[in-house]
Amino acid sequence: MTKVLVFIDNPGASLKKSSLELLTLARSLGESTVAINGDLSDDVAATFAEYGVGTVLHPSANDLGDFLVAPKAAYLAAAAETTGAGIVLVDNSPEGKEIAARLGIRLNAGVITDVVAVDPDGTAHKSVLAGSYNTACKATTAVSVLTLKANNVAPEPASAPSTPETATVEVPAVANAARITAREQKVASGRPDLTDARIVVAGGRGMDGDFGPVEELADALGAAVGASRAATDAGWISHDAQVGQTGKTVSPQLYISAGISGAIQQKAGMQTSKVIVAVNKDAESPVFEIADFGIIGDVFDVLPQAAAEIKKRKG
Amino acid sequence: MKIVVLVKHVPDAQFDRHLNGEGNTADRDESILSELDEYALEAALQLAEARGGSKAGNQVIALSMGPAGAVNAVKKSLQMGATEGVHLTDDALAGSDAAATSLALAAAVRHLGGVDLVLTGMASTDGETSLVPAQLAERLGLPQVTFASSLEVDGGRLTARRDADTSSETVEAPLPAVVSVTDQINEPRYPNFKGIIAAKRKSITTLSLADIGVDPAQVGFAGSWTTVTSAEERPPRTAGTIITDEGDAGIKLVDFLAAQKLL
Repeated sequence: MTKVLVFIDNPGASLKKSSLELLTLARSLGESTVAINGDLSDDVAATFAEYGVGTVLHPSANDLGDFLVAPKAAYLAAAAETTGAGIVLVDNSPEGKEIAARLGIRLNAGVITDVVAVDPDGTAHKSVLAGSYNTACKATTAVSVLTLKANNVAPEPASAPSTPETATVEVPAVANAARITAREQKVASGRPDLTDARIVVAGGRGMDGDFGPVEELADALGAAVGASRAATDAGWISHDAQVGQTGKTVSPQLYISAGISGAIQQKAGMQTSKVIVAVNKDAESPVFEIADFGIIGDVFDVLPQAAAEIKKRKG
Repeated sequence: MKIVVLVKHVPDAQFDRHLNGEGNTADRDESILSELDEYALEAALQLAEARGGSKAGNQVIALSMGPAGAVNAVKKSLQMGATEGVHLTDDALAGSDAAATSLALAAAVRHLGGVDLVLTGMASTDGETSLVPAQLAERLGLPQVTFASSLEVDGGRLTARRDADTSSETVEAPLPAVVSVTDQINEPRYPNFKGIIAAKRKSITTLSLADIGVDPAQVGFAGSWTTVTSAEERPPRTAGTIITDEGDAGIKLVDFLAAQKLL
């Protein structure tokens, strides 16, 4: 049976949905081991048992988070070698992809990013060129390293819980890693992460400096807030919110585009969303070419009305 | 300082892009210098200018790996102000994945010798994997600083800022290092008339795999560790229902969401 190694960095007090997706996929492919970095809470340990994890690995060093990527890749490479993993699964965050990148070189393993599904034989599926092609890819090496995009696997506990063993993995010394000398936590918005969110409400130039209506609708829907480059460049909202070719790529169940014309760079970041809704005053906006439901209208009328109606229906 | 900037010739995202031929690689007609690489080039030019420019011995070398057309990415870089251009080209490179690409680029960087800094964009706008900078750093045994939104070099150390979703970090590393920069770091300059004229006098060195000591079997389709087994063009999205607001569009929107079971 294939041995599958899952990396979860700083699992925190409870596992994120994207981590549950990794565990669910791992179980479908073989016998799963988790390598964590950081503290393991009782709740997370219980979730690992619930998801059928065989072994939980810890690094021998506790300062991996003080450096960029390289020591984490070295730890994971050692963990993969110790467990004889045939597949290593990492989340698809920018850091996850870089860990996968360095890990691939250390293990002589092919790396596939942006994976949405994996067949039992290890063939990975992903979309490329901004969602215009669906491709199947396979590592030709003994080990495959795959980074899984969030929201593509339904988290599901194992039919019977496991009793995970624990073990420590010796982290090889890494010379020449960049050190993190200061870290400022950003104020948490309380909204879901943009890349993991089931629903995204995004605003653009048409918001004219006022993201209030976008945020209000997002909160009514329990959605993340996104933005076009025009809106982030104008300083109306933080750059983290940017969706598009030079920002984040999202593929939620629902994407609501408000006051965004839908230039190709914006479309590149969101056109694999399952359902697209667009609200824009300009009937000629290219976003209407790809919207499942389009409203030609003023965002400052439509968004607040929709938010109020949702609140009313939800009681 | 000797700075190498990796520049890629990529299909222009303003047009429909296609995969075709052996191994489902991207069709490279209508290609341009990857937009995200311009930020890396601008960062390199600013670092060099702050140290007295080329007169003071600072070099900004634009390095591109790719088929014949990729020389255009090097030419554009020279017009923007790079001091030298290097085009790594060899038929055996076709179809290289990130692992094979990083192997060839690492050999090219070693071949150039004495490099203080390798700068790249945050991702290519074609493959979009962001794997190459980290793989290059791993192969060269160098620190990597990725997604830098600011970059300062003082003596033999660099300091960068990177913004993640939940935190902002300040990062330090010794040189030489591999740094990828985001589109927040600067505003790339346009080549001006003087730059375009000056570029005509700058040399572009062409390197083959033999020149950099790489076995053709280690790169291209043969040397790649991943393979694309199938590619299917997604049917283009088609427009759905479009309505004009008559005062109740917000409610109609909620009706639509309810019908789609999205509430």
